Amino acid sequence: MPMTIVEKIFARASGQAVVAPGDLVVVEVDCAVMLDMSFHRHQRREVLKVHDPDRIVIAYDHMVPAPDKDSAEAHAYGREFARRFGIRRLHDVGPEQGVSHAIVADNAYALPGTVLVCSDSHTCASGAFNCAARGIGGPDLLAAITTGKTWYRVGETVRYDLAGALRPGVSAKDLFLYLAGTYGHHTNRNVEFGGPGLANLSIDARRTIAAMGAELSAEFATFECDERLVEYVKARNPAPFTPVAPDPDAAYADRRTIDLDRMEPLVALPDAVIDNSVPVSQVAGEKIDQAYIGSCANGSLDDLAEAARVVKGRRVAPGVRLLVVPNTQRVYQAAVKAGYVETLVEAGAVVTSATCGACFGGHMGVLGPGETCITASTRNFKGRMGDPSARIFMASPATVAASAIAGCIADAGEFA
Amino acid sequence: MIAGRVWTFGDNINTDLMLPGALLLATEEEQRRAVFSANRPGWVDQVRPGDIIVGGRNYGMGSSRPAARSLRNCGIAALVAESINGLFFRNAVNFGLVALECPGVAAAFAEGQTAEISLADFTVTNRDTGATLRALPVPQMLLDMMQGGGLYPHLERQGLIAPR
Repeated sequence: MPMTIVEKIFARASGQAVVAPGDLVVVEVDCAVMLDMSFHRHQRREVLKVHDPDRIVIAYDHMVPAPDKDSAEAHAYGREFARRFGIRRLHDVGPEQGVSHAIVADNAYALPGTVLVCSDSHTCASGAFNCAARGIGGPDLLAAITTGKTWYRVGETVRYDLAGALRPGVSAKDLFLYLAGTYGHHTNRNVEFGGPGLANLSIDARRTIAAMGAELSAEFATFECDERLVEYVKARNPAPFTPVAPDPDAAYADRRTIDLDRMEPLVALPDAVIDNSVPVSQVAGEKIDQAYIGSCANGSLDDLAEAARVVKGRRVAPGVRLLVVPNTQRVYQAAVKAGYVETLVEAGAVVTSATCGACFGGHMGVLGPGETCITASTRNFKGRMGDPSARIFMASPATVAASAIAGCIADAGEFA
Repeated sequence: MIAGRVWTFGDNINTDLMLPGALLLATEEEQRRAVFSANRPGWVDQVRPGDIIVGGRNYGMGSSRPAARSLRNCGIAALVAESINGLFFRNAVNFGLVALECPGVAAAFAEGQTAEISLADFTVTNRDTGATLRALPVPQMLLDMMQGGGLYPHLERQGLIAPR
């Protein structure tokens, strides 16, 4: 029976010949990623044994550097946890730290054809690596690290065939906003990306789209493998891997062709991204207090380059805070070397170290009552980044950067 | 059989409404007090143990945070929605919250009516109107966990984590 990418990965990982929508599968987990949050005193449970320390990665990302005593205690607990169980891949505060999904990318821990879990909803970002990656709950994660297994209900898959290439100034985030605005939620369904246009998307761009799979409410967001991905992975991880391609006659719930050339800059209105996208022109002129570029979805080197391109030689408008957050310290270093950080800081941006921070309303850029933010990050739910009365628009890094310069929502095309 | 008073919620109810990010690391009681504080202030003072939530499409989209635990801590006996986000459903299993997908349920209930849920045949009945709907079956392995207090007791019994 023909299968999609995730169905094939599940078949291999569950030891079955065939997996189909409607099945409940129990699969071997190839990589389980724990976070600083996993060790917080109100969240953690005492683990007595782990299945395989070499299948575990620990990445501190939500509360870094520790903003309070409890987080500092959690960090210390996690370090001791890693020592006790012999977990070598601990990404502590320092040069190898970053947002977990970006750390997984930087080090290519998500190998094509494998199963990866993490207790954060945007784990699907690693679907860009032809990997069956998804967020699971905290208890699920403990089950995965102690038993080596997890379960999935297999959903139907919607296939997106990409054609053409994005025009300059139009980004992967705009493509996501188009999908969310046009097709709405994909609850209980997987999304699969491939087609001739894939070759024209950088790995960073694919990671943006895959991360935002969670915001389509999709189960898995998985990309086909190509030469560019194979090279990217091989340059970062010597482990062998076997990419998985869908069968040509695999059954899809729907098959949609997306012409990348026709994408345009979009903005999601506050409180939701589902069925909520409009062209930038429709909200241009909306005054903002904060502009944010960061997170697993939009803190890549590509994203920082785009922000720097837009603000180069300009100044952030008075009264506006532009926060730029590289999603790993390696990205930060690369952005320094490329001159992006200098450009951003000269323009008046605040560039911080890698953290989930403000994206989830935790710290380092939380919104106050009645404020307006335009963000290139993962979510714009009501109250997401702070006070529930704050309004959060969502757009691409270029649109956010242009808005910071203008002091109101603006089209980056006018800054070319 | 589960029966209880119904609270109705619309489409796309997200995790942050049930568990605001600022309280991610707070105590369970602090988290319980904040459920629906942004979209329905005061709800936690009105909800009673045994009540049932009837939701719309895409219930629980968002974060991996334990929002299902907060509903359980509010005394919610079951959640029935048109469709449920896969990650939220996992956490319903993880934290022992009965959660069913039931097409047509949003239109079948008005707030304050009484719902009756049978997990033997996956039916949802409106006691006030007499209407009965068929919910999507939940695999036995997951149903056992939902009804058995969630995943932690299971891991404790296997000696994988310490009892609290």
